[in-house]
Amino acid sequence: MSEIVIKAESLSKQYEGKDILRDVSFSIDKGEIFGLIGPSGSGKSTLIRLLDLLEMPAGGKLSILGTDALASRSRFDLRNRMALLNQKPVIFGMSVYDNIALGMKYRRKSRQEINDAVHDVLEVIGLHGYGNRMARTLSGGEAQRVALARSIVTKPEILFLDEPTANLDPHSTKKIEELVLEINKEYDTTIVLSTHDMLQGQKLATRIGVILDGKILQTGTTNEIFHKPATTNIALFVGVENIFPGTITGNKNGEVTIDIQGKMIQAVADLTEGYKVSVLFRAEDVTIHLEEISKTSARNIFRGKIKSLIPTGPFVNVIIDCGQDINALVTLSSAEELGLSFGKQVWISIKATAIHVISDL
Amino acid sequence: MVSEIVSGFLQAINLIITLNPEVMRITLLSLEISLSSTFLSAVLSIPLGSLIYYHEFFGKRFIINIVQTLYALPTVLAGLLLFLLLSNAGPLGFLSLLFTPQGMILAQMILVMPLITGFTISALSGVDRDMKIIVISLGATKFQSIFTLIREVRFAILAAVILGFGRAISEVGAAMIIGGNIRGVLNYSGTRVLTTAISLETSQGDFPLAIALGIILLGVAVLVNFGLNVVQEGSVWKSYTSS
Repeated sequence: MSEIVIKAESLSKQYEGKDILRDVSFSIDKGEIFGLIGPSGSGKSTLIRLLDLLEMPAGGKLSILGTDALASRSRFDLRNRMALLNQKPVIFGMSVYDNIALGMKYRRKSRQEINDAVHDVLEVIGLHGYGNRMARTLSGGEAQRVALARSIVTKPEILFLDEPTANLDPHSTKKIEELVLEINKEYDTTIVLSTHDMLQGQKLATRIGVILDGKILQTGTTNEIFHKPATTNIALFVGVENIFPGTITGNKNGEVTIDIQGKMIQAVADLTEGYKVSVLFRAEDVTIHLEEISKTSARNIFRGKIKSLIPTGPFVNVIIDCGQDINALVTLSSAEELGLSFGKQVWISIKATAIHVISDL
Repeated sequence: MVSEIVSGFLQAINLIITLNPEVMRITLLSLEISLSSTFLSAVLSIPLGSLIYYHEFFGKRFIINIVQTLYALPTVLAGLLLFLLLSNAGPLGFLSLLFTPQGMILAQMILVMPLITGFTISALSGVDRDMKIIVISLGATKFQSIFTLIREVRFAILAAVILGFGRAISEVGAAMIIGGNIRGVLNYSGTRVLTTAISLETSQGDFPLAIALGIILLGVAVLVNFGLNVVQEGSVWKSYTSS
């Protein structure tokens, strides 16, 4: 059984009478990369500061590494077993070496120990030979790597990364992401990563917690969060494009029929007739056909006209008017191959298993 | 009158070049008192300012306001208050510091300490909040945190110390009241410093000595200003160049 390193129960926090965190409960296992995703201002940074014991919650319980983290006598020792990397690289007006060595100096490590550890970590972050440079002469990406090195040089058991790549260019972002995975693998460090970038969460996290408006609404694997969001708010945040309100009109062995303003959709759900629901499916689960199809395993086939085509990088977002606007995502080359254009009549199919149903009750 | 000024100026140059013992004694005592008061003020005020910055407590804003108001404390008023405390009838009369260089150091400290304390608080308040958070998260104790943050704003604090020295060496009111402007003889240093001597010599019409001392005082002021510029330029330079 995996070992729980962080267990939060009903944590809350207010600033100037305003609720920033409400009833936050979750747990994180040793060696996990736990992605905390949520929009800006949702309370991610505040939660990270509470977990790193830099601020006290207004209420709730918090256990870290098996210790009651809110007891004042254990806070300093626990903090020494964790580290934090901020969104904006914090760099001190000293050399790269001294910046990285700071945490070890606070722990009164010997000069030899510091020297060995700093040189090792400079190697890890790919800044070998930069030790004597003044840290403020570095680029943003290099500075963030130095800040990361300073966080890991003390070999923390838990590493908090608060939007670590929000200010970086794509190349530096990739480098930091690689380092995060490497640190997790190499040192078995538990990592808590907050990000508003869902793709980054998907790429790095073994498990994700979605925080919206100061509350963790769902935790689960990336697949669960992205394909089976617990609420429509989460669905909207994780980029589910197709969300429709409907009513269940029948259930046959777990396969339900849902009436969406007169259009019947088949899905898999454990709900009975009469339930008000929200029907969700991702644009990439919608297949476009040029002719009416009969031989397909997909249960839902609709005819419609292309209302608009929006190129997004290597993909095209196709909005098809089938009574309701349905959003489909195809690759640019598929769109060209199919000759998709404004006003063209097409058929779309969606598998019943790709549709996620949320009870509105 | 113009010829008197010119001849006074020439005699003053002569007094400086020939290292006139009276001029040297006054200059050295001035430097000794002002450097001591600035040093002691820095030793007390930098930690005091840091502690005020670091802790949140009731009345903190009020205390900072008082400290900042004291930047402009009239020197004669500081002298008068200290005189009342140090006089034989005063509560600190037993220290026998009145009309001594030590008493003058104390008087100058009253003028310089608010300046260094206030500027230390301001400099630390300018530190990025994230930096304070990172220092704590790196496992620093309270004193390690303060030390690291002071190191970050060392140039601003050093500038405050230099300004403090400027205030100490140029003030006349407190030095006159507490020191008494006693002329030094033989091994007795006296309490006559540049400012009080200039004041006296001017009132006695001995312009060459007053001008000579004035030139030296101005020279010290120029040096202070020069030092301030070096520090400020250094702060920019050092932050961005290789060590």
